[in-house]
Amino acid sequence: MKFAVLVFPGSNCDIDMYHAIKDELGEEVEYVWHSATDLSKFDGILVPGGFSYGDYLRCGAMANQSNVMAEVKKAAAEGKPVLGVCNGFQILTEAGLLPGALLRNKNLKFMCRTVQLKVENTNTLFTNQYEQGEIINIPIAHGEGNYFCDEETLANLKANNQIVFTYSGENPNGSLEDIAGIINERGNVLGMMPHPERAANDLLGSSDGLKLFKSIVKQWRESHVS
Amino acid sequence: MTKVKVYVTLRESVLDPQGAAVQGSLAKMGYSEVSDVRIGKYLELTIGETNRDLDVVVKEMCEKLLANTVIEDYRFEVEEEN
Repeated sequence: MKFAVLVFPGSNCDIDMYHAIKDELGEEVEYVWHSATDLSKFDGILVPGGFSYGDYLRCGAMANQSNVMAEVKKAAAEGKPVLGVCNGFQILTEAGLLPGALLRNKNLKFMCRTVQLKVENTNTLFTNQYEQGEIINIPIAHGEGNYFCDEETLANLKANNQIVFTYSGENPNGSLEDIAGIINERGNVLGMMPHPERAANDLLGSSDGLKLFKSIVKQWRESHVS
Repeated sequence: MTKVKVYVTLRESVLDPQGAAVQGSLAKMGYSEVSDVRIGKYLELTIGETNRDLDVVVKEMCEKLLANTVIEDYRFEVEEEN
């Protein structure tokens, strides 16, 4: 399986993401600069964290206007897996690929620590290797991870089982309904504030994030290799 | 030249923790009459010569980039300058 890791000016988790795929997952991966106009050779798109365009105006707002995002929308429409982590999640909401928005953390602090997540939905191509209700340790590092959407959107998210991860125990950012990660209705675009790529090896404190990437590969192999 | 003033504010339904912190400081300074503070953004666009309808174009800019209408409201004023 071949992954693209998008790189915007100001991305800073692109190398972690690349390392997790290449060295921990053992799949093919390439960096793709934001000016790229073709993602057709990739099977999965990873939008990493960081501070694209310095977070000027709003997190993810300017990144959404770059060439590569038109290609990400195309890939999402084709049903390819698209994962946005942290700033990547913010970009995907700005792009309209995921509903809602990420607001400044309720306590106004940049939160950087490992948190516990509860896997709420294992019936997705990103979570099929987890147990329903499993508690996993994944680091967060963000100042604007407070998920917000209107009541109607929240009702839809619940009705369609689109809330994939919630914060367990402590809610670090004031996020609505403790939401840490959501998926689109079709089930191929996931956005999450915590960083699974930083939890891909026990030496880093946790390898709980690796199962997310293994899930993507498992699903892809089952549908493409027989 | 034309100046366009764009005001982007958080929607009423969206909490503004920054505003709340500022209100807290004002209260400590003795300005207890301030019951709420909302922080927004102000953008000033200088527009060169164009045949396009500015009301339409600026609205487009706001919808596409300057504001995120999921969480923000916007309004703008077009001012002719001589």
